[in-house]
Amino acid sequence: MAEQTLDKTAEAAQAAPAPSPVPTVIADDVHIVYRVNGGPKGRGSATAALSRIMRRKGAPGMREVHAVRGVTFVAYKGESIGLIGSNGSGKSTLLKAVAGLLPTERGKVYTNGQPSLLGVNAALMNDLTGERNVILGGLAMGMSREQVRERYQGIVDFSGINEKGDFITLPMRTYSSGMAARLRFSIAAAKDHDVLMIDEALATGDRKFQKRSEARIRELRQEAGTVFLVSHNNKSIRDTCDRVLWLEKGELLMDGPTDEVIKAYEKETGK
Amino acid sequence: MSGPPSADEGLSPAELARKYELSVSGARVSLGEYIRQMWGRRHFIVAFSSAKLTAQYSQAKLGQVWQVATPLLNAAVYFFIFGLLLKSSRGMANDMYIPFLVTGVFVFTFTQASAMAGVRAISGNLGLVRALHFPRASLPISFALQQLQQLLFSMIVLGIVLVGFGHYPSFAWLLIIPTLALQFVFNTGLSLIMARLGAKTPDLAQLLPFILRTWMYASGVMFPLARTLEHAGASKWISDAMLGNPAAVYMDLMRYALIDDYTGANLPPHVWALAVGWAVLFGAGGFVYFWKAEEQYGRG
Repeated sequence: MAEQTLDKTAEAAQAAPAPSPVPTVIADDVHIVYRVNGGPKGRGSATAALSRIMRRKGAPGMREVHAVRGVTFVAYKGESIGLIGSNGSGKSTLLKAVAGLLPTERGKVYTNGQPSLLGVNAALMNDLTGERNVILGGLAMGMSREQVRERYQGIVDFSGINEKGDFITLPMRTYSSGMAARLRFSIAAAKDHDVLMIDEALATGDRKFQKRSEARIRELRQEAGTVFLVSHNNKSIRDTCDRVLWLEKGELLMDGPTDEVIKAYEKETGK
Repeated sequence: MSGPPSADEGLSPAELARKYELSVSGARVSLGEYIRQMWGRRHFIVAFSSAKLTAQYSQAKLGQVWQVATPLLNAAVYFFIFGLLLKSSRGMANDMYIPFLVTGVFVFTFTQASAMAGVRAISGNLGLVRALHFPRASLPISFALQQLQQLLFSMIVLGIVLVGFGHYPSFAWLLIIPTLALQFVFNTGLSLIMARLGAKTPDLAQLLPFILRTWMYASGVMFPLARTLEHAGASKWISDAMLGNPAAVYMDLMRYALIDDYTGANLPPHVWALAVGWAVLFGAGGFVYFWKAEEQYGRG
């Protein structure tokens, strides 16, 4: 747990008997290791692979990537927590572990209810119409058939796909990348969550849609108990988060109030 | 921003979690709870399988016509090779051999395709597994269901072939319902087992076609298995084992149901017991086997 928060405890104790903060997510010494098959160390040809097997007896081209190394923190109800760090520092991986989507190598993540990662990209199929993708995406996120039916029109209207004609009945592969991204966001944002995790680069599409999606994220944040936000945009972290975790090379470098951590981060990155 | 209250100070994360009754994220739930979750996802399973089926031919000009044309062409190729070139019909007349062959090809393809889809169910959908939370068994079950839908299209072709060769619908045709149901349960179990194996060892996807092809030739898809075994002078236990294997059992039951002259004499003893036994063994066993590794799917 973060040492920085301890001095605040004194204040909290003085303010007692205020309702004690309820933890919603506890990460206890979390390690995550990706095992990658066929990340070739030498040349990629079949003969090279075969000779590697012959020489080393087994484990052909198996590489381990230690993406998160011993991260510990406690998140409380009502907190908005930002995750910062350079590319490949393990932010998204950590979120996936909190959501229970990636198994931990060592350590445990405890959560209250089922945290959800905002995103449905993988469940959608480019060969299907937008219409069917809305239904499929909703069901994939765990909505019931009635809920999907209820929210269908809202999702389509929000995405604005039909503003320029009846595009929702066309296959998704015919959409422009902006249109597809808008539909994906609209589907993902249609569900309410207890613990919400938002990965960066969600605000896509044109200026108008960006505004609309930012407003929707704000709404979702108010409904959710605890919010995690991964972003490279320090401004959006400052705007929305009251606590920040700084990850670097899979380790938790700093955990504290937004201003303090962002200042240190900006100093470090020379910005 | 709030620190922990003094009462919680000094508690280790695990103790804190216990105090506030937090559960371990991504932990495997009990089997009963797992089945309950699966039931909650039933609409997703159905929607996902029919979406996959539709997406399969959506780029082709003929579109969904290929659902029917593919099995038909498959049967034609096998007839050309085994019926005309190799003459493996062992004295069956063409009006019996062609329905015999087509039934065999379709029924075996159902099992074969379920196994192949199963082996890639997790390893080929890692993006989905790492993005959303759902009981992972939904994927292999969904793929088996997709193959069942595919088979129903093939059955239309089969019906035309049967009538074309003078085998008209009778009450015996009703037997295809329990047969298909049992085979579907068996296939689903097989798909679940393959999915767990394939998630751990993706190389299986390369190896499996060879195993499946061997299985196909050993199950008598293109020739009457019993008569061929007799002809070859196979010993009793080998022929019992080959005739009792699940693919042969489901194929023979289907032929028995659909083809008039394919009498009960062609069926191995206790054939229904075998059909039910294989379905229960693989269906229940496969489900439990898959569930046991639930928390590990998603690791690369």
